[in-house]
Amino acid sequence: MSNFVRPYGDTRDDGKVQLSFTLPVEWSESADEAARRLVATMGFTDVAVAEGRRIASGFSFFVVYASTPVAVDLDGIAAAATKAHAMSLAEIDAFVRERVGRKIRIAGACIGTDAHTVGIDAILNMKGYRGDYGLERYREFETFNLGSQVAVEELARFTRDEGIDAVLASQVVTQKGSDVANFTALSELLEAEGIRERVLLIAGGPRMTNLLAAELGYDAGFGRGTLPSDVAAFVARRMADRAGA
Amino acid sequence: MELRIDAGIVADARRLATAIAAPVSAFIAAHSTVAVERSVLRLLGVDGVCADEAPVPNRVLERLGPERLRGGAARAIGALTAETGRTPDDVASALAEGTLAAGLADGVPEAAARGALAGYVRRAVARIDGRREERAGLLARLPQFEPPLLYVIVASGNIFEDRVAAVAAAEAGAQIVAVIRSTGQSLLDYVPYGATTEGFGGTYATQENFRIMREALDAVSERLGRYVMLTNYASGLCMPEIATMAALERLDMLLNDSMYGILFRDINMKRTFVDQHFSRMLSARAGIVINTGEDNYLTTADAVEQAPAVLASQFINEAFARAAGMPDAQIGLGDAYEIDPGLEDGFLFALAQAQLARQCFPDAPLKYMPPTKHMTGDVFTGHVIDAMFNLASVTTKQTIHLCGMMTEAIHTPFLGDRALSLENARYVMNTARHLGDEIEFKRDGIVERRAQQVLRDAHALLERVSTSGLMAAIERKTFADVRRSPDGGRGVEGVFARDASYWNPFEDELRGALAGAVPEAARLS
Repeated sequence: MSNFVRPYGDTRDDGKVQLSFTLPVEWSESADEAARRLVATMGFTDVAVAEGRRIASGFSFFVVYASTPVAVDLDGIAAAATKAHAMSLAEIDAFVRERVGRKIRIAGACIGTDAHTVGIDAILNMKGYRGDYGLERYREFETFNLGSQVAVEELARFTRDEGIDAVLASQVVTQKGSDVANFTALSELLEAEGIRERVLLIAGGPRMTNLLAAELGYDAGFGRGTLPSDVAAFVARRMADRAGA
Repeated sequence: MELRIDAGIVADARRLATAIAAPVSAFIAAHSTVAVERSVLRLLGVDGVCADEAPVPNRVLERLGPERLRGGAARAIGALTAETGRTPDDVASALAEGTLAAGLADGVPEAAARGALAGYVRRAVARIDGRREERAGLLARLPQFEPPLLYVIVASGNIFEDRVAAVAAAEAGAQIVAVIRSTGQSLLDYVPYGATTEGFGGTYATQENFRIMREALDAVSERLGRYVMLTNYASGLCMPEIATMAALERLDMLLNDSMYGILFRDINMKRTFVDQHFSRMLSARAGIVINTGEDNYLTTADAVEQAPAVLASQFINEAFARAAGMPDAQIGLGDAYEIDPGLEDGFLFALAQAQLARQCFPDAPLKYMPPTKHMTGDVFTGHVIDAMFNLASVTTKQTIHLCGMMTEAIHTPFLGDRALSLENARYVMNTARHLGDEIEFKRDGIVERRAQQVLRDAHALLERVSTSGLMAAIERKTFADVRRSPDGGRGVEGVFARDASYWNPFEDELRGALAGAVPEAARLS
C-alpha cells in the first residue's frame, strides 16, 4: 500500500509551495532571474518570482511560488508516540495513586549556559501553558524547578541526592551544536553515577523531537507545542510500567 | 490621548520607590565589588590579558589580595605609581606578571597615592566627556528619524558577520543596533578580550568588538546622513566593566536593570546593587541611555497578572537610576507586548499599560519590547502580531522600539527577517503616525479602568516592599515568583566592605560633577 500526497495550492496534486529567501546580490532584473533559476535547480517547476527587491546594499529578498513534482508516501511513516493517549490532570493523579502508589519526584532545568526558561517553565510552573496546568499543580508529583544555566554536573548531583525519578532537561539554543553536547554530557554523567537506569531522562526544547532524543539516549523528547499534560502522562505511564515490572 | 489616572497615587508610588532604594543606597555606599575595582583599573588605562588569557585587571586584583582591596584598587595602584614613578598601566602589568610586589608601596601616605593618580583620573573622565561630546556633535549633524527609534539585534556569534548584518539593518531603517551577547557571558566574572568570532546565541561583549561595531556604524551613519546608535549589555557579573568600555567606545545605550540579574540569573543581590550603581554613574556621565528589563517579568509569567510588577519595577529602576545621578532622559524604562493573542481585548490592555508608563514617566525614553512568548513557528501570524505591537508603540509614543521578528521562535534573526520586520514597523508607524494625538479614551472604559487598576496594584506592591525592605521582599518571592537570599547567588564572593581608607577616585569625580549641573539629556525625544 502507498498513499502519496503533494502540497495543495488550490487543486489536488498541483504541488504548490511558497519560498522566501535572501541572496547576497544587489537587486536587478537579473537577480530575479537568478532567484528563478535557483529554485528551478532545486527541482521545482512553474517557478514564479512573485517579489524581488533590494533590502540593503548587496542584498535582495525574494518571494517565489513554484510546483514540486515529487510526492511523499504517508504510509510507512512511524509517528513519534510520546503524545498519544492524552489524560487529564485528575486522571493522571488518579493513575499515579493507583499504579505507582507514591509521589513521583521530578526535577527540571535549563542546562548548560542556556537561560531560556520559557519552555521548561511552561511545563513545570503551576500556571502551565495554554490552559493546561503545569506539573507543579499535580498532587502526585513532587516537582523541583532548578531554573536556568544549570550545569549538567549539578543536575546529575541533584538527581542522585534527591532521589529524583524523572529528569527534564531543557535547552533552546541550538547554535553550533551546544545543545547536543550538553544533553549527551548529562546522560553520560547519570550513567557514571550508576543511576541512568533508575531515572526517566527527558529532553525538551523547540527543536527537540522524540527521534533525536532517542538518538541521544534519552527516554523521550518533547518539542514545540508540548503541553504539560503530555509530559505528565508520559512520566506517569512509564513509572507505572516500572512499578508493575 | 491622556488616561485619567490619579496623580496622587503616581506621586506616592514614586515616593515609595525612593524610600525602597534609600536603605539599599546606604549599603551600596559602604561596599564595593571586584567588578567595580576592575572598572577603576580599566579607567586608569589597565587593559590586556596575561599569557594564560586572564585579563590583567582580574590578575591585578588577585595580586593585591582581599585586605588591600578594602582600601580600593586605586589606593593600592596610586601608592605603587607614587613609589615607582611608573604609569598605572605599567604598574598593573608588572603586578600581573609578578615582577612587582604589591606590598612594596604599603607605606606610601594616602595623599601621595591619590596625588599620583590625579592626572590619570582627569584624563579618563575627559576621554568619557570627549566621547559624549562627539555623540552630541554627530546627533546634531546627522539627526535620527523621529521616535519610536527602531531597534534591532544582531547575534551571529561572529563580530565580523554581525557587522555586515548591522550595516544592512541600518540601511533598512534601523536606528539602534544591539549586539546580543553570547549566552552565558553574564555569568563570567571577567570580560573576554579582543575580536571574537565564536559565540553561542550571540557575540561576546569585548572592548575590541565594541570598537569594530562602532566604527562600522559610524561609517554607515555618515553615508545615510543619520546617526545609528549602538547598544550592548551592562548586566551580569561585569556590569560596571561593560559600562566602562561602553563609555570609552561611545556606545549609546546599555541594557542595565537594578534587579534583573538577581531574579533571572541568580546573581547575588548585594553584588548586583553595588554593581548597577557604579555602572549607572558611569552611564550618566557618558550620556548613555540605559534600557531596563521589565519585559522579563512578562516572558516568564502571565502578562496580564504581572502588569503591576512591571510598573512597580519601573518605579524602582527609576529610583536607583536617579540615585546614581541619571537624568530621566537617560532612563529607558522597559515594558513588553506579551499579552496572550487569544485574549479578548488584549490589545486594549497592552495600550493601557504602555500609555500608563508614558504618563507615569513623561521624560523617560521608554523601551518597548516585542512579543516573544506567544510567537510560534507560524511566521505569518507572528508578523501580524508584530504589526499590532508596532501600532501600540506608535500610538502611545514609545521611544525605543525593539522590532519584533516573525522568526522569533525559530532562530536568531536572518538578514532578511530583519528587513521585513523593519518594513512592518515603518509601514505601521507611518500610516498611524499621529493616531495617538487624534483619539481619546472613553471615560471609565476598558482601557482607562485597566490602567487605573494596574496603577493601584503597583502602588500596593510598592507599599508591601517598602514595609519589608527590598532585599527581604526579594527573599519572599515578591518579584517574578522567584526567591533569592541576600547571601546566595553567583558572585557573592566578589562583594566586600570598604575600609576607612577606601578610595574610588571616579566615584568622587562623577558624584562631584553630578552634584553640579545635570548633564544635557541625550537627544532622544
